[in-house]
Amino acid sequence: MKALFNVRNAVAVLIVAGLLLLPLYTSLSGNLFALTLFTRIVIFALAAASLNLIMGYGGMMSFGHAAYLGIGGYAVGILAAEGIGSGFFQIPVALLASALFALVIGALSLRTRGVYFIMITLAFAQMAYYVASGLARYGGDDGLTIYKRSDFGGLINLSNRVQFYYLCLACLFGGLYLIWRVVNSRFGMVVQGLRSNEARMQAIGFPATRYRLACFVIAGTICGLAGALLANNTDFVSPAVMYWTRSGDLMVMVILGGMGSLFGPVIGAIVYLLLEEFLSQVTEYWAMILGPLLLLIVLFGRGGIDGLLGRLSRG
Amino acid sequence: MLLVVEQFLNGLQFGLLLFLLAAGLTLVFGIMDFVNLAHGSLYMMGAYFAATFVAWTGSFILGVVLALGATLLLGIVLEFVALRHLYGRDHLDHVLATFGLILFFNDAVRLIWGPAGLALPLPAWLTVPVPILPGVHYPAYRLAIIVVALVVALLLYIVVMRTRLGMLIRAGASNREMIGALGINIKLLYTLVFGLGAALAGLAGMMQAPILTVQIGMGENILILAFVIIVIGGIGSIRGAFLAAIFVGMIDTLGRAFLPDLLRKILSSAAASTAAPALSSMLIYLLMAIVLVARPEGLFPANRR
Repeated sequence: MKALFNVRNAVAVLIVAGLLLLPLYTSLSGNLFALTLFTRIVIFALAAASLNLIMGYGGMMSFGHAAYLGIGGYAVGILAAEGIGSGFFQIPVALLASALFALVIGALSLRTRGVYFIMITLAFAQMAYYVASGLARYGGDDGLTIYKRSDFGGLINLSNRVQFYYLCLACLFGGLYLIWRVVNSRFGMVVQGLRSNEARMQAIGFPATRYRLACFVIAGTICGLAGALLANNTDFVSPAVMYWTRSGDLMVMVILGGMGSLFGPVIGAIVYLLLEEFLSQVTEYWAMILGPLLLLIVLFGRGGIDGLLGRLSRG
Repeated sequence: MLLVVEQFLNGLQFGLLLFLLAAGLTLVFGIMDFVNLAHGSLYMMGAYFAATFVAWTGSFILGVVLALGATLLLGIVLEFVALRHLYGRDHLDHVLATFGLILFFNDAVRLIWGPAGLALPLPAWLTVPVPILPGVHYPAYRLAIIVVALVVALLLYIVVMRTRLGMLIRAGASNREMIGALGINIKLLYTLVFGLGAALAGLAGMMQAPILTVQIGMGENILILAFVIIVIGGIGSIRGAFLAAIFVGMIDTLGRAFLPDLLRKILSSAAASTAAPALSSMLIYLLMAIVLVARPEGLFPANRR
């Protein structure tokens, strides 16, 4: 029997409450920067959570997850540039495009294992990066400015910072709920079983690749949504969001927070982006501190922050 | 015809350069089972060391030799301080730790050498065009790269296949415990191999430096290419890395040189000139995808597993 009140759950509740109440704080203090920063954090938390679904639960170490950020973003950007501003059209296209991309590269990549899988997903993301760089009509290397955010009629106004923040937050919570349901379903059990012992699962009669592929597509689709939100947040999309270091950032968030824990990637995204923000204010050379810090976390902090909280919970 | 020969040699030169980088990567992966993303940083550090030491000593050769020693030392220190504690861990840990190292090296370089790139000027005797065929001239420096890289590749082959050290390296790759039980200092051996890989990466960086500028992040794109090469060649196989490197170097160079003209025949000139660079960059990744789909272990899988 797991105790309901422990450090890990307390932290999760605190974070959820903090995220929900943040606009209240910013409107009282007038600190609009915090709202902008946290909108970004919430979007990356959604992307990291989707990566966690395949990496933490599925054991698929994808090093090309940022590709979906770009695909979702370009779906919004290209449609906006062509004069189709309706979010009711843009978002489904972003999701569909990401799902299709995930289906194709997943079907090819999942033939490989281990380090080969890391490399082939990386290669596909780099391919997407070069395709975007070659889109001369949509800005090429320089990226594409989005002059009007996705239009949802009178339902919600994305140009209103608070409304947009709550939309992103709703997407994050929705995404986490979906991932939670997936992970705890029969389907999720099979995927986790494949991570632990593929040979045994296959012997029982589960088609390994088909389950993995479905999981891969779900994760890609969720990350595509994050990409569409990110493009709306920055009013801009460029090939740089798909660059391999972005995929690395997402991986760092997941591992920092704790792989294979539902809430870990959210904590990871918050800590990583706040650290980046904080260190870049302290010194111009913030990465000189962040880099060795990552090394130390790998060397000494197994299981990430969530693992640490778990140990605290057990006392 | 002239252009074809020249581009062919350029492709060979780029391929050999990529081989130096990929050889270190595949050695470290094949023997220590370690994924080193920071290999590109060592390539960058090699170039920066060379630019500094050449300016300092005033001699190209002396500067390059000093830089080679410095990169070797840096690799050994890096392995000793941090990376040796990661052997035997999950590959994901390697990726994360060395990703952190990339961040560190990029900013360290920015702090020490400043954000602007450096130039590594060539001495006069390396800039003359050399006649290679009647009426065909080729820059002496690029020719020198081809010669040096071929010599290094040969030396590497001799060391790994024909010496006692190479025998120990190969034995360490197939069974770490057994060679340790036979009284070989396996930790020292691993440190040496890592240093060797670092020096090879540094050599590639300093040889490429006079052709391109020495700048932050120069190791990142080429690192991905090196990964593509070892994946195509089969991880851990030096022979595979050699063949795949030449192949990738050729495709990349020839693609960049001739694809725009080819595309211009089908597309409008403006569309062709924007699509061609993207398409030629993609070609390599496409090649890798095809290879992995057909042969998931690479073209020349190392036969130890």
